[in-house]
Amino acid sequence: MNILWLQSGGCGGCTLSWLGSEHGPLFRLLTDESIELLWHPSISEAGVDEARDLIEQCAAGSTAVDVLCIEGSLLRGPQGTGGFHRFGGGAQPMIEWVRQIAVRARHVVAVGSCSSFGGITAAGMNPTDACGLQYDGEAAGGLLGPDFRGRAGLPVINVAGCPPHPDWITETLAALAHGRLGAEHLDDYGRPRFFADQLVHHGCPRNEYYEFKASASRHSEQGCLMEQLGCKGTQAHADCNQRLWNGEGSCLRGGYACIRCTDPGFEEPGHPFETTPKVAGIPLGLPADMPKAWFIALAALSKSATPARVRENATADHLLRAPSVKRGRR
Amino acid sequence: MSTRRIAGPFNRVEGDLEISLDIADGRIAAAYVNSPLYRGFEQILQGKLPADALVLVPRICGICSVAQSAAAALALADAAAIEPPHNGRLAANLTLAAENMADHLTHFYLFFMPDFARAEYAGRRWYGSTAGRFRAITGSAPNQVLPERARFMQMMGLLAGKWPHTLAVQPGGSTRPLQSSEIFRLHRILREFRTFLETVSFGATLEEFASIADRSQLEAWRTRAGGGDLRTFLAIAGDLDLWHLGRGTDRFMSYGCYREEDGQLFPAGLWHGGAAALEVEAIEEDISHAWYAAAGLPQHPAAGSTLPVAEKEGAYSWCKAPRLAGQVVETGALARQVVAGHPLARDMVESDGGSVAGRVVARLLELALVVPAMERWLTELVPGAPWCITARLADETSGVGLVEAARGSLGHWMTVRRGRIHNYQIIAPTTWNFSPRDTQGQPGALEQALAGLPASTNGPLPAVIDHVVRSFDPCMVCTVH
Repeated sequence: MNILWLQSGGCGGCTLSWLGSEHGPLFRLLTDESIELLWHPSISEAGVDEARDLIEQCAAGSTAVDVLCIEGSLLRGPQGTGGFHRFGGGAQPMIEWVRQIAVRARHVVAVGSCSSFGGITAAGMNPTDACGLQYDGEAAGGLLGPDFRGRAGLPVINVAGCPPHPDWITETLAALAHGRLGAEHLDDYGRPRFFADQLVHHGCPRNEYYEFKASASRHSEQGCLMEQLGCKGTQAHADCNQRLWNGEGSCLRGGYACIRCTDPGFEEPGHPFETTPKVAGIPLGLPADMPKAWFIALAALSKSATPARVRENATADHLLRAPSVKRGRR
Repeated sequence: MSTRRIAGPFNRVEGDLEISLDIADGRIAAAYVNSPLYRGFEQILQGKLPADALVLVPRICGICSVAQSAAAALALADAAAIEPPHNGRLAANLTLAAENMADHLTHFYLFFMPDFARAEYAGRRWYGSTAGRFRAITGSAPNQVLPERARFMQMMGLLAGKWPHTLAVQPGGSTRPLQSSEIFRLHRILREFRTFLETVSFGATLEEFASIADRSQLEAWRTRAGGGDLRTFLAIAGDLDLWHLGRGTDRFMSYGCYREEDGQLFPAGLWHGGAAALEVEAIEEDISHAWYAAAGLPQHPAAGSTLPVAEKEGAYSWCKAPRLAGQVVETGALARQVVAGHPLARDMVESDGGSVAGRVVARLLELALVVPAMERWLTELVPGAPWCITARLADETSGVGLVEAARGSLGHWMTVRRGRIHNYQIIAPTTWNFSPRDTQGQPGALEQALAGLPASTNGPLPAVIDHVVRSFDPCMVCTVH
């Protein structure tokens, strides 16, 4: 299975994340999974005319593309011309190259939240009229339209995340290479369910603080980040605290909020990123599938039951009280 | 009479790059560097809450992500008039250094060296072993280095949660307090990285390489036994005379970086045949050849604007043209080490000016200098002492954040009105190096460095062009943002 990887209106961070893959040499892994990189802008030897010829052949259909990977938002501006991003060495806008190659590819993969939904480039006034391949925020559509299907029959596969975990990219490509990714393996936003059916909350090391609503109020404190500091881990679809980042990391382990970067529209949360929006003291964003009344009742109960150890440690940047050691048989 | 040729897409430059070449008599008579991607971060930031810049700006760039965070954090700290506590300062140093060192490694092995595997060099005596080692994707080096790089980046997991795009870097310090067992693990990761560098890249201890004081010592060191990929590069650099390739302006600038208790590990300054103080107030951005509307005169970034236009007479890039007191300057690892006064860096530019070889050697020199500093910073951390204080900004304020990314000087200028970002201007390293012409018609640093190189109007472009372009370690996604 071959891959043509193009970078559109993004930062290249999805590729840099991918290069941090921790399962041995990434290129050997690809070979093992029968994946060949036709061209990748950060990695391949071929540049200038050689690269241009290859991409023209892909657009014309004389070189078959099994998987077209697009990283970065699709920039439709100014005034629908796509002129904010003309692919090097010519006048044709990148969105036109993407349109031409997408209809010929067996599969189209959006690598990252930008090419999935528009992402950070679509924030604020969205000066470049950025969108995703098949979504414009939450709305189906985007550059290719809601009815687009790759030649193999699947919609655009959205490996969302800002950036995505390296394994999300690799596993998606491997599943495609082995014919193991069907429509039933994608969620409502076209994201592979192997990571999108989890919540960032699952495996969070701050879970005891969460249970008691013992919250951090300032950066570097150890408590739960949901009540004050904007954390959306209980709603965000990703396995970040089960499949860790760069060894033993994740956003929450790094001491800062999950900003729900795998979801469409994360770039415009409607509140300061690191402050939890509340009405009458109740966070607006409740944990996934949790009835509000029960959340309020349980939060009140658990707060009143919080052990002093947990309460005090929550607002410290190191352990003030260790769990007590019990003696004798239990 | 010259012929125009458009060359692109250049790859392994972290983003999009196209260069128009005017070719006459088999040489480049003039080069015009075009950054063909505009995203509009400076417009997106307008009206946002100042603290939200910490989410937005790292996403300008996937490879200088922490440098962008650090510049924003410094601008916010400046606006709030705060300094992070001891641990917070060290954590910021370590996080930025981890990114910068990973970038130096990535540049050498993944972006720069693969060009020596090109068929054009098949007749060179070093070709066989070099192509086997450095060829993109299949070479032994990329496959050896990527796992080592990933292991080194485990420092980011501990220091910053993840990379790229962390929120751990804050104006008041770090969100991530480290306890003694985590500091121990960081020591181990760094120790493994040192071992890799010393055995695979340098064939020498870091201290031995860092003590090389001039070109002749460097050449003597190269001919000594020890192996290592740097010796391979130095042999190629001698054979292809990369010491006399890619000379730019020979005016070198650094904002300085890595805050110590007193001053910076690498101080700020300007070097042009001699040391001079850096006057940040003398920076202006010229948009005469870039697709932006403006009121004529070049502006200091604190007063700059970003208003893209689809068409403009004489414009050929989305990149603005920053100038220091009207002059073109070069920025990057070579500039940083020349300004900081490392004797080898000074000798390299005094002998031959800026060059492809000098820029590459300076990057490896920084690995040899910064990894030991990182080891020291780890020992200076104090578990239990504070890591972060809260930044409170006035509703009307402004701040400047100046840092050094791997590839050079990065500046953020922020103005806050009524509690919201009123203006946010960014000048990135490659904005300096790959700028278009200015009102005076002065070409940017790369445009100058390319002039005079061999090129044909229709055949394949010679690899020397690639060497010059990549010697700057360009980051095109930062260049225009």
